[in-house]
Order: sequence, then C-alpha cells, then structure tokens
Amino acid sequence: MNLSRKDMLGIIDLSREEIDFILDTAESFKEISTRKIKKVPTLRGKTVITLFFEASTRTRTSFEIAAKRLSADTINISASSSSVVKGETLIDTARNLESMNPDIIIIRHSAAGAAHILAGLLEQSIINAGDGAHEHPTQALLDMLTIREKKGTMEGLKIAIVGDIAHSRVARSNIYGLTKMGADVAICGPAMMIPRDIDQMGVSVYYNMEDAIKDADVVMMLRMQLERQKRDLFPSLREYANHFSLNRDNIKLAKNDVIVMHPGPINRGVEITPEIADGPYSVILEQVTNGVAVRMALLYLLSGGKK
Amino acid sequence: MKKKKVVMDAEEIERSLTRIAYEILERNKGTDNLIIIGIRKGGIFLAERLREKISAIEGTDILSGMLDITLYRDDVLTTGKRPEIEKTYIPFPLDHKKVILVDDVLFTGRTIRAAMDALMDFGRPELIQLAVLIDRGHRELPIRADFIGETLPSSLWENVNVNLTDNRNTDEVVIEES
Amino acid sequence: MKLLLKGGRVIDPSQNIDTITDILIQDGKISMMKKDIPLPESDSGNDLKIFDLKDKIIAPGLIDMHTHLREPGFEYKETIRTGSEAAVAGGFTSIACMANTDPVNDNRSVTEFIHKQARLAAMANVYPIAALSKGQDGKILTEFGDLKNAGAVAFSDDGNPVADSGLMRHALEYAYSFDMPVISHCEDTGLSSGGLMHEGFISTQLGLQGIPGIAEDIMVIRDINLAGFTRTRVHIAHVSTAGSVQAVREARSAGINVTAETAPHYFTLTDEALKGFSTNFKMYPPLRGADDVEAIKEGLRDGTIDTIASDHAPHSSVEKDVEFEYAANGITGLETSLPLSLKLVHDGILTINQLIEKMSINPSNILKIPKGSLKTGSDADITVIDMNKIWTVDTDKFRSKGRNCPFNGWELKGKAVMTIVGGDVRYADSEL
Repeated sequence: MNLSRKDMLGIIDLSREEIDFILDTAESFKEISTRKIKKVPTLRGKTVITLFFEASTRTRTSFEIAAKRLSADTINISASSSSVVKGETLIDTARNLESMNPDIIIIRHSAAGAAHILAGLLEQSIINAGDGAHEHPTQALLDMLTIREKKGTMEGLKIAIVGDIAHSRVARSNIYGLTKMGADVAICGPAMMIPRDIDQMGVSVYYNMEDAIKDADVVMMLRMQLERQKRDLFPSLREYANHFSLNRDNIKLAKNDVIVMHPGPINRGVEITPEIADGPYSVILEQVTNGVAVRMALLYLLSGGKK
Repeated sequence: MKKKKVVMDAEEIERSLTRIAYEILERNKGTDNLIIIGIRKGGIFLAERLREKISAIEGTDILSGMLDITLYRDDVLTTGKRPEIEKTYIPFPLDHKKVILVDDVLFTGRTIRAAMDALMDFGRPELIQLAVLIDRGHRELPIRADFIGETLPSSLWENVNVNLTDNRNTDEVVIEES
Repeated sequence: MKLLLKGGRVIDPSQNIDTITDILIQDGKISMMKKDIPLPESDSGNDLKIFDLKDKIIAPGLIDMHTHLREPGFEYKETIRTGSEAAVAGGFTSIACMANTDPVNDNRSVTEFIHKQARLAAMANVYPIAALSKGQDGKILTEFGDLKNAGAVAFSDDGNPVADSGLMRHALEYAYSFDMPVISHCEDTGLSSGGLMHEGFISTQLGLQGIPGIAEDIMVIRDINLAGFTRTRVHIAHVSTAGSVQAVREARSAGINVTAETAPHYFTLTDEALKGFSTNFKMYPPLRGADDVEAIKEGLRDGTIDTIASDHAPHSSVEKDVEFEYAANGITGLETSLPLSLKLVHDGILTINQLIEKMSINPSNILKIPKGSLKTGSDADITVIDMNKIWTVDTDKFRSKGRNCPFNGWELKGKAVMTIVGGDVRYADSEL
C-alpha cells in the first residue's frame, strides 16, 4: 500500500484503503512520541511551512510538533485573512513561498477552496489544515484513529455528530471518512445549522439531541461558534446549551461504553458540560495525542511527493 | 525459473542459534541487564528464538523488543514511494543495558547503522552487540557482527533469504538469483 | 459602397422569411432581397463587394440586451470599444449595457458619454440601460424622461435588486408612461446575502454558503404581481430557476405583460461545475441544479423565455484569481453566447428560426429599438452564421479584456463568421 498523491486536500478524495493505510502508519508513529528522544531523522533537511490565515493554537502546534519530531525545519507564517484587502493575494503569497523552496506547505484559511488554489499552483505538497466550512482532513483522520483504537473498527458503529453542521469543516470531513469506513452516521443540530440535502451524504438527520445520541457508540460534539456565522442564526448560547449540549442526563441514552469526542477547543457549559468533558467517556485528550501521530504519518507519506 | 539453493536447513539453523545463545551468555557472563532486540522484519523471529533459548538455558526471563528502522534508513526519501512503517516495541529504557541486536542477514551494514542510531534514541546502552544468522559479506560500512550463524560468501546478484515459519521443521536459508 | 450577399439561407423571423436568396446592401440599408441578384456590369463594380455565403445562414443582426461594458470607471476590465469589438466578434450588431459603472449611469451625462464612446469605437450599436434609482441604491428614481431623451432604452438597477416594492411599483408605472421597459434583477437579499453558489447538495459538500432558488422566484413573483397590478410591463433579467420559468409562464397565460431572458450558462452548466472551486464559475444568479437547467430549456422551447442575453460581465485577474469567497461574480459571454446557444439547435430544443427570433426581433421588441429585421429599407445589421464550423474557445484570442470564461478550451460547433453593422463589415472570419 502506498499513498500516491501530492496533496492532502480532503477526505472526499480518499479511498477506504487509503484511510486505513494512513491510520496504520499513524499507529506506528504514535510510539515515537513516547520515547525518551522524541525525534527521528527521517525528514532531515526538509522544510515545512505552516501558513495560517486563521487563528489556531492546537492545529498549528500539532503540525509543528509532528514536523519537528520528524526532524523537518518548520516555519510558521501567520497571515491575515484580509490580505485581499491589504494588498498581497493568496496566489502572490504562495508564489513567494515557493521561491524559498519549501517541501510541504500546510495551509489553513477561512475561505473554502484556498488549499486547492495552492495545490493547483505549486509543486510542493499541500496539506489542508482547514478551509472555511469545507474540509479539515487531518482532524477527521485523528478522530478516526481514536475511534478505531477505542472500538477496533468503525464498521457498523453508530456515530452522532452534534452541532453547527452547516459551518463545520470537521463535520464534513468526518462524514466523508466515517461513511466510507462503514459507520452509521447521525447528524444533529438546530434546523438552521443543518445544510440542505446533507442526507445525500449518506447520513441520517436529527433535530433533537435525544434521538440522535440514542444507542450511539460515539458522540462527537462540535464547537459552537456563533461568531463564525455570518448572520445571527440563533437566539443565544443559553438557548443552544439548553437543547444541544451533552450532559450527564442525555448521555445515558447512548451505549454504556460510549466515547465522547470534541475537536476542541471546547466551550465548557455550551455544547458540553464540564463533567462530561472531563468524565470517563471523554477521549478528547487522546484525540490531541493522536493528532500528532496522524500528522507525522501524513508528513512522512507526502514527503518527496512532487507533481 | 529462478535457481534456488538451500544453504541451511531447519536442523542447522537450530544448532546455530543454540551455539549463538551460549556465546551470548558466555561473552556477557549471564543475563544481567541483557536485552534482545530484533530488527523488523527478519530479525524479530530470530530474536524471539534466541530469547527462548537463553531463558531456557539460564532459567530466567529476559526482555526483548522489536525495532522498525525505516525512519532511520539513509534511503528512506530517495526511493520512489515511502516504505511502510511498522510498530517499534521497546517499552523500556536502554540505559546501562547490554543490547543484543538481532537481524537475519548482515549485508551492507546500512541497516545496522540505522538500527544503532535508533537504539540511541531509547537511552544510552552499556553496549550493543550484533547477532546475525548469516553474514553474506559486501559491507559498505565499517560494521561487523559479534555472533554469526554462518558466513556465506555470495555474489551481489544473489538474494539470501532466511525463511522462518511457525512450523520450525520447514525453516531454511536459501540463495536465489535476483 | 455596396455589399452583395449571395446564396445564403436568409432567416428573418420578423418577416417569416426562411429561404435561399441574395441581399443587396446600399448606403447602410437593406436595399434589395431577391434570388439571383444579377452582378452589375464591370464598370460599376468598383465599389461593390460580393460575398459568396452558400451554406451560411444570414440573420438579422443579433441583439444582446444584457451586457456590462464597465466604462466609465472600470476600464481595466473592459471598455466600450473592447466590449463592442467582442460583440461583433460574437455576432452581435447591437448590445445594451447595464448601468453599474462608476459613476453609475443614472444621469444624462453618463448616457451621452456611452453613446459617444460607442460612436468612436464604431463597432456595434450600443444602447445604454439607465439606472432605475439614483446611484442604484434603491431609494430615489432616476430622471426617466431625461434619460430617455439622452438615449437610454430601459431602466434597471441590475446587480442591485430593488428591495423596496413601493419603489419598484413606481418605477414600473413611470417607465410605462414613457413606453420604456424596466428590467428587474430578481433577488431577495434576505435569502441570498452571504451566498456564494446555488444552495443544494453541492454547496453542502463544498461548505460554501448557498443561494436558494427561491431567492429569485420570490422576487420574480413579486415583480409579476406588481406588473399585473399596475397594468404595466416588466422584463425579468437572467432567469436561472425552474420556479421563475413557471411563474413567468403562468403570468403570461394570465395576460400579464412580462418578458424574460436567460443566459447561455444557465442552460449549459450546473452547480456541479463548482467542484474544484474555479472562480470562473462564480456568477449571479449562480449556476443551478440539473432540474433548473431542464426547466430553462423547456422555457426557451415553449416561448416562456423570450430572449437569450449573455450577461457579459468581464473581470480582471484581480477580481478572479483569488479565493472563491472573495471572487467577483460574472463571466464574459459576448464571444461564446451564440455558439453555446446554437447547441440548443443542434440538440433539437430550438429550431434555428426560433433561436434567431430570440436573439434578434424579440430583444428588439422588448427594448423598442428599430433593429432585428431585414426589411427593405432597414439598417443593414446582419449576422452571418456558419452552423457547423467546429472551433475551440481560446480566451487569449478574445476581443474582450475579460478572460473570466469557464468555457475556455471547449470545442463548440457553429459561430458567427461575419458581422455587418450599418452596411459595414465589422467582423469577418479569415475564410471570408
């Protein structure tokens, strides 16, 4: 098995076999982070640029640690999303970076399709670290790795994804991935946050939490970001928390061995109550650990992959 | 049709491993601080056999581990596709340990170089000794084995394969034209 | 100067003519149409040009009633000269241009400026469409009477929908008193704002905010109701949805005076094209679903949709080589509109006669301009079409400054091979 692609833009492009292969590789990489010296020499002399047009601590740090544990040199560039207004276009930025001969560029951008622009333009491998509400493939891969570790497989599992599905790239990438892996995916959120025709992605749609998480093996809560919505779609966070938060009452509806996931950062008391976030079902911190492994695996598999 | 020649059969392999086990114990004066680590993939079967023998001889359990050296290879990014990575299993520090590194065939020495670099990332062993079933020559690095099953002159266009199975009666070492 | 067009198939829906005949053009007018016009004696042949148009179609000069020429204000995207050069290269002898320039064409001086630039360019006839409201901001009507006298042919806030129904009502009434059409860009911004593409499965997949079809339908229905109530008429710009087609169809049968246009991309492409995030597919209204495309074709076939207009909207790379979300709406259309429309004929959806009707006399009637006919004595505006010429779209060869064309590289069948404006050959394929 081999990952014969230049870029990692979205889970939609991946086959079930490729996902398994990436997860297998990530599992092997996990051990490196437990060593006394957490570094292998594999990507010595390679340069990895993280180009983030959106604020992010977790994802950028995770990529940076992953690259450094593979001995790559990492350069972090923070740019403003409004660079269009300020002068330099994304394409100009990309061309400038290209001239410095990096090997892999990791991009996060508030506009869907931004990573695709770079991928079409540059010889370097491009990893999409989140583009608008479109895809966030490494998040979905680390989520799938976590589920596979905990449950052995994704096949046949009932997995509920709850929150603002419409604005969530995490939801989209996970829906693509989990349905490919044979899971039975239920999505749930307030009606205005369920995008049109999403049932065509092979998921079942629920508008109330109790129905969605009933008998679930996995409950994935999304971060509620009222600020990301372009208009006031929802009355208040209080109203949201009343109806769409995971708490110690409704979690009883899920299976006894349910695992609770969240891409972070969590809003305690909004989409998830503290006792659930910190409780025995929660695998939120393991997701973070797996994030480094998945990103190491991808950096390794994509390195040297020119057009 | 590839030509294939059996150079060691199951009995010969068994005898060699027994001898090596005794040599290891003799050289290291017992099993104190002794750890056996096999190099994936061929070395891990041999490491397991050696561990069994040494444990049986001394009547005491010793630790063993598995090492995937791919990420330390000097050609890992120069080949067309990335080699698959398998799990490394060394869940203990190697500080002050006597590490017996085990591989099936010693050839150019590059694998052993990579393995030694990898081991250093798990601590500072007191020493590393190398045990191989076959030394086929053609070294490209200044590396030699401490314990050798059989020295087998070969030509560069031949492959030396150690085929070990769970049914130990069918174990064999063969030389094939590549 | 005389032109003799010999042996072509003349199709003039305004006179119900479809026959192989010759046409003689003299002093910029159609002077004679009859079979086998004899060649003059050699002496007088000096100022006579003869074109053998066997196997070609001779149509009244085509009219594109919806273009954006960007001048004044955005000359880096297009000028009246380059836009009208693109028009004749695409087979159009007359084009109407929308008012969203800078300054907005909401007063006599801009309308006159457009006429002047068009005269200097001397390519296609250019008919300015004036803004419906001052600054196109939807608050106060422009001076319809003065604008008509200056040479405007219609009123529209195209690009900015008229949200205020009261203002739209007054515009319809006042324009009607001058026998002028109001062209409505139908969009309920409460439903569309922030939207980047058609709302449906593809927008959900891509994570791009959607613009539902009903954002258009609702305003089409509003404007039809306003036209019915005020007993005036309204023209619906760039119809893109099945709902709009149905609304226009029902209104028409109820006797309401409504006309409608669509653009070639709305019967050629669907929202599937957005996969890959190419900004050349970003436009308003957005590319819709397959059902909408079928409904548009049916609307063209049954006559609900009167005309095909390009909605030519040239942009530079500054607006298009950016993230999808930030890219400007619109595609260049003048040089691909006729060939894409000819596909409707090749596919058996329209006859060539129907297509020519929709691209000549119909827009002429909507705008009330004296064009679109080959009647003896009328302006010699003629488009010669080769139905079967296979060619490949190459944006680098466009006369338009706009390269924002999603059809670049497409192989198309049929195109205009000669464009005559006022008896003057303004465009001719090398083979002629």
